[in-house]
Amino acid sequence: MTAKVVTVASGKGGVGKTTSVANIAVALASRGQKVTCIDGDIGLRNLDVILGLENRIVYDLVDVIEGRCRLRQAMIRDKRLPELYLIPAAQTRDKTAVSPSDMVRLCDELRQEVDWIIIDSPAGIERGFKNAIAAADRVLVMTNPEVSAVRDADRVIGLLDAEEKGPAALVINRLDPAMVKRGDMLSVEDVLDLLAVELIGIIPEDENVIVASNRGQPLALDGKSKAGQAFQNIARRLMGEQVPFMDLESQNLFQRLLGRK
Amino acid sequence: MMAFLFGRKKSANSAKERLQLVLIHDRTDMTSAELNSLKDDLIETISRHIEIDPTAVTINVAQDGRSQRLVADIPLRTLGHRRGRESGRAVG
Repeated sequence: MTAKVVTVASGKGGVGKTTSVANIAVALASRGQKVTCIDGDIGLRNLDVILGLENRIVYDLVDVIEGRCRLRQAMIRDKRLPELYLIPAAQTRDKTAVSPSDMVRLCDELRQEVDWIIIDSPAGIERGFKNAIAAADRVLVMTNPEVSAVRDADRVIGLLDAEEKGPAALVINRLDPAMVKRGDMLSVEDVLDLLAVELIGIIPEDENVIVASNRGQPLALDGKSKAGQAFQNIARRLMGEQVPFMDLESQNLFQRLLGRK
Repeated sequence: MMAFLFGRKKSANSAKERLQLVLIHDRTDMTSAELNSLKDDLIETISRHIEIDPTAVTINVAQDGRSQRLVADIPLRTLGHRRGRESGRAVG
């Protein structure tokens, strides 16, 4: 087995990186892939709570890097999907506890064990971001259809080109088709015109994302919500499948009610 | 509704137009003041060799995918024996 390392980055905070990492990892694992996700946000760990695995943490990423435990010991197995693992971030340390070469070494060891390594980058473009992309074969850049998120995504895409980690693939998160329709939100086409990169996913705004994070059960686990389907589609595209983008305009009241818990 | 009544531009269009300018400056690390100073230098240099109409010179950063292109339109001043208006276009 030789894993593909995929890093999710954004520049701006709060655009949905952690949610996406959890859901893409869950979607890949639900398709029979062996997946390990790594929380790269040292000091501000959150991937554990989104995945509902916060009570199982014994060792973390920094413990592995500093040799206090073996890699296997820091890999927390998911409750629902036996082929999904999480390596949590350390909560009481900062980004300088890890270097880009540490990440490369760790991922090289892990590559033999799994099909996919999904890394959650912290916000920003400093050390944490550099750590998160060091081992990446592919970087997904998350944005929202909103000026500051698009601007920061552009900066990250430029940095990835400069670091020879490009071309980045874009995920547009929290798209509200009704707002786009009335001209009050940048459309997918607008964002692609501005950023000029390949698109790999469009996630519609979906209340179920909050419900799922409340419960620690990523919504890609159940196929009913639009956002969950959108994450499943990203997973399929990562696996090399040609999947058409969902028609978000056609979401009627009936579908909305079905999608809601 | 208010926007409709007053014929105001859709906010998504404002967002796109503003971002287009911001991204050009972010990517080239050049402010519009610096661009203007480049334009002045360009006019001065070209004027030493050929007569141009300095008021009609335009200089812009155009986007070509993720790469930027400096596009200058420099109309030449017509001499007596020339017919019509000629313009030189420099792309760099």
